[in-house]
Amino acid sequence: MGNAHKTYRKRARRLYRILIVISVMALITAIAAFYLYEDENASKDNPEYSDPTEAREVDQLEKSIDSVSGFIQAPGLRETIINCTPCHSAQLVTQNRMTKEGWLSTIRWMQKTQNLWDLGENEPIILEYLATNYAPVEKGRRENLEVTEWYVLEE
Amino acid sequence: MNRRKFVKKTTLAAMTGIVGGDIVFGSVMPKGYQPLSFQDPDPFKLFDKDSAMVVLNDKPWNMEAQAHLLDDKVTPSKYMFIRNNGLIPEDVDVENWVLTVDGESVKQIKSYSLQDLKSKFQHHTYQLTLECGGNGRSEFNPPAKGNQWTIGAVSCAEWTGVRLRDVLKDVGIKDDAVYLGYHAADIHLSRNPEKEPISRGVPIRKAMQDETLLAFAMNGKDIPLVHGYPLRLVAGGWPASTSGKWINRLSIRNIVHDGPKMGGSSYRVPCSPVAPGAKVADGDMCIIESMPIKSLITYPKSGAMISEGKKLNIRGHAWAGELEVKKMEYSIDFGSTWKTCILENPINRLAWQHFSANIDFPKKGYYEIWARATDSKGTSQPMLLPGWNPKGYLNNACHRIAIKVI
Repeated sequence: MGNAHKTYRKRARRLYRILIVISVMALITAIAAFYLYEDENASKDNPEYSDPTEAREVDQLEKSIDSVSGFIQAPGLRETIINCTPCHSAQLVTQNRMTKEGWLSTIRWMQKTQNLWDLGENEPIILEYLATNYAPVEKGRRENLEVTEWYVLEE
Repeated sequence: MNRRKFVKKTTLAAMTGIVGGDIVFGSVMPKGYQPLSFQDPDPFKLFDKDSAMVVLNDKPWNMEAQAHLLDDKVTPSKYMFIRNNGLIPEDVDVENWVLTVDGESVKQIKSYSLQDLKSKFQHHTYQLTLECGGNGRSEFNPPAKGNQWTIGAVSCAEWTGVRLRDVLKDVGIKDDAVYLGYHAADIHLSRNPEKEPISRGVPIRKAMQDETLLAFAMNGKDIPLVHGYPLRLVAGGWPASTSGKWINRLSIRNIVHDGPKMGGSSYRVPCSPVAPGAKVADGDMCIIESMPIKSLITYPKSGAMISEGKKLNIRGHAWAGELEVKKMEYSIDFGSTWKTCILENPINRLAWQHFSANIDFPKKGYYEIWARATDSKGTSQPMLLPGWNPKGYLNNACHRIAIKVI
């Protein structure tokens, strides 16, 4: 009788502990969901959050850079590194912006004149990676001046 | 940082943590590939460059200046842009360096040691403007392929050497000579010894000019290795790619030289203007010769704030390829009105010219100073991008700096 009571109390305590853990986890999830949901709504509806600089910041955060190669981390990165960086640096790629057609013609030019090999089944993967992550941006006939640092000039 | 940004950032940080922020592709990294972050030695030390120079590419090495770094009247090596198509020669044996002159249009094949060149021919010194044909490429729309030069791929150093003309006369060239092609000791990126990274040149008429040199010194010293030590062809006012570095052979051709980077869209632009983004057939492309009229405000650095009522002194350089700069103007009202700058004569033909002005601002606010040069034929710099071309050459749109009067 005494033993049965002890076992019951042990089980109850264990159940109680599990319940606490579950509740805490649920609470954390709820808070996280609240923030994420609110954030999404805010950026959609609230004009306060349509600040383009913020969008750009987030964009850069989302496009995470592979710290070793300097390429954007995205599907096709591995194939691109293997085939594109034995002869020239990643910088020659990452500073350029081209359409899929443009990247393809660059590959063909390198194959014709620069000893680039046949890319085989990696070609569509590399092309997709380049055209997606290094696509041209419309910038008009002359862009605004960008000032990196304003300074007081004493003469 | 507001709360939402904080949440967003931490969430992202956590995610990067989970996937492993630094996905290191160590196993797939090609042998000999040096990522920028691991470079050793440091390129600024390696090439003796100022740390404010901007690296565009580390294989091959390409580096440019910024406008305010080019303030000197004679460009010091530390501010001179680097443009390489291949790898820098690894073993330069000066004692045994030989320049061979050959080709269809020489009367005889002749070779010279560096000592022969230095002792046989008269030395000449000129200050010569060298600008990369692709300087300003980054502004073209649709974007043009290649190193994305902004405005810093130009220099005007003092070069000393012998006249190419004197050497060619000593060799003896036939009447059917059309073009001079250079060959050099640099290494193709693929390391295939059969391939040359670049082999361009100039028409015979440019080769015969007084100022076209086979140079062995820059600013009174041996030419730095990265700029062509021990021998460089210098053809001022033309795309700097015609000024071949590490020269060991010159071919006098009876046709337009056909070395690598002479054909296709390399250093060539549509013979007739085309719409932005147009496809241009090889046969409709023409080789760039003289560079166009251009100028640069080198002082002050863009972003200066001055007090209301104070005057601002500006200065810079202007150059016009084969021609001379005849007029220099500035505008502080986006091109609505222009005022004349003081413009100096060039120290010699094909050297850039210095300008200066003293500017009054009518009231507080944001201003842009635009600079516009006009050459001896009356051609001025455009305010917007000039004609689009497939490789983004010859952008001579006016230079602009931003100023605030406070």
